[in-house]
Amino acid sequence: MGGPVFVHVEDGVITRVRPIVFDESDTPTWTIEARGKEFSPPRKVALNPYVLPERTRVYSDKRLMYPMKRVDFDPHGERNPQNRGRSGYARISWDEALDTVAAEVKRIRAAYGPAAITASTSSHHNWGLLFYKMGPFGRFFNMLGYTTLFDNCDSWEGWLWGAVHAWGYHWRLGVCDNVDMLQDALKNTEMVVFWSVDPNTTAGNYAGQETVLWRLWLKELGVKMVFIDPWCNYTAATLGDKWLAPRPGTDAALAEAIAYVWIKEGTYDKWFVANRTLGFDEFKKQILGKKDGQARTPAWAAAITGLPARDITALAREWAGKRTMLGCGAMYGVGGACRQAYATEWTRLMVLLMAMQGLGKPGVNVWGGASMGPPVDYSFQFPGYSSVGWDTFGLVADKPARNSVTQRDYRLLLPESVTAPPVSWLGEGFCGESIEQQFRPYTCPEAGPDGAPIKMYYRHGGSYISTMTDTSRYIRMYQSPNLEFVVNQDCWWQSETPFADIILPACTNFERSDISEWAAPGGYGAISIGQNHRIVVYQKQCIEPVGESKSDYAIYTQLAARLGFEREYTEGNSEEDWIKKIYNISSMPQHMTYEDFKKKGYYVVPPPGKDYKPTVSNRWYYEGRPCDIPDPANPKAGTSQLGTPSGKIEFVSRSLSERFPDDEERPPLPRYIPSWEGHESELAEKYPLQLVSSHLRYSFHTHHEGKSPWLDEIPAHRVVKDGYAWWPVRLNPDDAAARGIAHGDIVRMYNDRGAVLGIARLTGRVRPGVVHSFQSSARYDPLEPGNPASIDKGGCVNLLTPARMISRNVPGMASNSCLVEVARWEGQPR
Amino acid sequence: MTRYGLLIDIARCTGCYNCLLACKDEHCGHDYPGYSAPQPMTGHFWMNIVEKERGRFPRVKLAYTPVPCQHCEVAPCVAAARDGAVYRRPDGIVVIDPVKARGQKQIIAACPYGAIYWNEEADLPQKCGLCAHLLDAGWKEPRCAEACPTGAICFGDTDDPASDISHRLAAGATETLHPEYGLKTAVVYRGLPQQFIAGTVVFGDTDECAGDVRVFLSGGEMHRTARTNSFGDFEFEGLTPGGDYRVRVESSGYVPRNFAVRTDKDIYLGEIILSRLP
Repeated sequence: MGGPVFVHVEDGVITRVRPIVFDESDTPTWTIEARGKEFSPPRKVALNPYVLPERTRVYSDKRLMYPMKRVDFDPHGERNPQNRGRSGYARISWDEALDTVAAEVKRIRAAYGPAAITASTSSHHNWGLLFYKMGPFGRFFNMLGYTTLFDNCDSWEGWLWGAVHAWGYHWRLGVCDNVDMLQDALKNTEMVVFWSVDPNTTAGNYAGQETVLWRLWLKELGVKMVFIDPWCNYTAATLGDKWLAPRPGTDAALAEAIAYVWIKEGTYDKWFVANRTLGFDEFKKQILGKKDGQARTPAWAAAITGLPARDITALAREWAGKRTMLGCGAMYGVGGACRQAYATEWTRLMVLLMAMQGLGKPGVNVWGGASMGPPVDYSFQFPGYSSVGWDTFGLVADKPARNSVTQRDYRLLLPESVTAPPVSWLGEGFCGESIEQQFRPYTCPEAGPDGAPIKMYYRHGGSYISTMTDTSRYIRMYQSPNLEFVVNQDCWWQSETPFADIILPACTNFERSDISEWAAPGGYGAISIGQNHRIVVYQKQCIEPVGESKSDYAIYTQLAARLGFEREYTEGNSEEDWIKKIYNISSMPQHMTYEDFKKKGYYVVPPPGKDYKPTVSNRWYYEGRPCDIPDPANPKAGTSQLGTPSGKIEFVSRSLSERFPDDEERPPLPRYIPSWEGHESELAEKYPLQLVSSHLRYSFHTHHEGKSPWLDEIPAHRVVKDGYAWWPVRLNPDDAAARGIAHGDIVRMYNDRGAVLGIARLTGRVRPGVVHSFQSSARYDPLEPGNPASIDKGGCVNLLTPARMISRNVPGMASNSCLVEVARWEGQPR
Repeated sequence: MTRYGLLIDIARCTGCYNCLLACKDEHCGHDYPGYSAPQPMTGHFWMNIVEKERGRFPRVKLAYTPVPCQHCEVAPCVAAARDGAVYRRPDGIVVIDPVKARGQKQIIAACPYGAIYWNEEADLPQKCGLCAHLLDAGWKEPRCAEACPTGAICFGDTDDPASDISHRLAAGATETLHPEYGLKTAVVYRGLPQQFIAGTVVFGDTDECAGDVRVFLSGGEMHRTARTNSFGDFEFEGLTPGGDYRVRVESSGYVPRNFAVRTDKDIYLGEIILSRLP
């Protein structure tokens, strides 16, 4: 995660981790000519900061060094599930650990059926392709047969459930591709509106700090940057020309008011609207107040958003008067605003606003974070981890794994599926196959003889406690007697490790080999290039596994052996055999022999030559030509149609009109709907502050956090006070003063769901009424271990977020619809 | 003659902390005899990053100033050291000898930049050595410059007119950090945060953002003019801390507004509402 590296090893110990720096034998890099200047990136990788301390993460004192068993867990006697989270652990041998796991798997399958076992990983994993989570984990569990736990479409939520119904792109989970965007922007763009996006923090997802330079180039060219965010994020605070801070949950109102100004002043692309969209007249009626009597004026939106009406008018005029990119709506510029109540309305309005300005014309487009679409060779083939779903080995295996179990569970409902079944939801999580896939109803346990209650949970790394919603639910789940057996396989002791019965130590990607293309997820993320160069890396094993840890592949192979399907699982391949097979199905053999590749360690894909013709995203649509974007998954490739039923941008969604015509919470025509947990809610009287928990800056979610002492020394990450590294809680100085809170006080942030301690930072970077605290603390540190209602000292703010879904038919997480109060912590030293 | 320098371009620094983390990766737990003893795992910031929040809601910005050892030409730490424990190399790098400097706590206080850190366990003062051990082994640049994603940290031979740093130095003025210390440093900056005066102008009669309005700034001998943008915002940057200034906002048909401002910190004047002339 965060960039390919050179790793220095001396005497079997990692000594340095550095960005890959190209040498003279690597391909020349590219140049873009724009507005009389030339732009070229440096010939090295720009890593994300948390990659540099990787050796401290590999050698962290939190590494799991040997298998362990919970001392009060006896598979043949008392299991004491109620003690999960407060028990001790004893070291056991690998044989005992794997024998116990295999025996439990057999017992549970025999007693309840194979569907009684569920398992999951985190959303992301130590980087690689073959040995990424979809490989060893995916192949093993699909071969075994288990209840697949659908991941909710976390990064995209509102885009999947909303924007799909406006412009299609379901195969990209509701966001568009971003091909050849950089050259278009450098040549033509005059302004970028970054709506709920902090690209310097989350740019390109896995692509490190590569595109920070792009945004500096834009500034150099005089391109204006407007940021819309309740918190003045890092990109806004260093590069922004204007920061507008609407109250959380009110973005859709702001969008409607912008449309109002454009309609009133006639400053929208009437030709595009007439020829490339459907349903505008209905939308216009709504905006002008002819449907419900409420014109969507700037004054109306001002009262809701807390922004001055004049600023809303000025923004609308600037946007219409300049060639403007919208910095959200592609991967990655998905934004926290897509994870809140009624987020579907905001995402659709984003598409519709860009439709009103002529999406796809030069300099005018949806450009996620201003962070994707460099001049690279898109024809070079290398698979990504999600190219074939949950068995990466299936790319080259004789027999890809197919799950024989039909029962499914849903990550956001996992606790209730264990403690209070049945649970129901719509869709298959990552619904990339069709629009209809997100309408499919599910129940867990499934009806019929193949359904089974969930009795076993196999946790392959990660922590939901600080990344899902209302997360004390997961703690209660672990302590439920319904959950007979829990395994946790991880590299480190993390928040959920102390809830397991058996702990299996896995090694990191530095301790095993793999092959991958940098930052390339494939599948829904295909051709989303957020870095300056495409690089394929032979991730050569650097050191022996630490302690008794093993590679995930070795662990699952040994489990498969005990369960009778080792040969099927491995097909006789070693890890190196699999790697070579992947190499041979990619474009690599045309450029380098495998031996040369292993020796060099990496290959920089040459950029296209001077005769390259850019194919800018959405340009084909604007011009009414067949789609010329090299997107392998587009079902309408070769036509001039978008993925909607009509093929056009739909102001009034046909898919929703057909399926949910009367859904007031996601109507066919989008509109602002007051949040069910927002500033106008009744609950706001008790908990008047709105919590915004954006993506962590100095870690990739929980991956690096809590494992490197160097990250704790960055004050924006944690602040050490009285020997403890506290999680920052950012308050507006007026809100802090009203509560007698000083900068540096330890505070308790709380609501009815839980309480979290942090250190107060008084800052003008949050609007009054808003608290900012990052998600993804990797340190669940309850004052009372084992008590799900305990105050957490470690900063897991998702203990406070709501479990309620985005809306009635939209089972997405609404993390940013969260009301809290903050007070000086009574427990701190005077 | 090789003469190493560092140019730190504040406008390109976005506070990623790559430089500090690369420095720690290079030095924590690693011994480079003759150059530096291992840096303790925590507590030292040989590349210190000073984050400054400027302004107030809703007009805030962040400035990041990376502060390594400044490698002064006539360094106070050299003078404060006994037995030549700190010395300046011909190429400009100032080195603390990791053996000779043992026990010499007084070296810490000698540095006005606070760039020297005490290693309790090794009984040794320590600081940035510009990764001299790497440069002498043929590396192109120190770890901080290598890890910097934007070229905010530019390293090179300032005596070589063809070097990247020479080109960048020639492209504009540079500044010394804390010039009042009177030290000639090998580390120079561009765009060090000073103070700003900003405001948002509003037409009181229409309640619209007052765009394209003239704003005059004067202070002592200095006069500057700006025009508000479409949001009515204006900003005068790079002002002397603790200076006395006058700001005048004028728009035809409106009563001008005048402000007396002292820049003891960054000043956001807030909304400046213009009333119509009677």
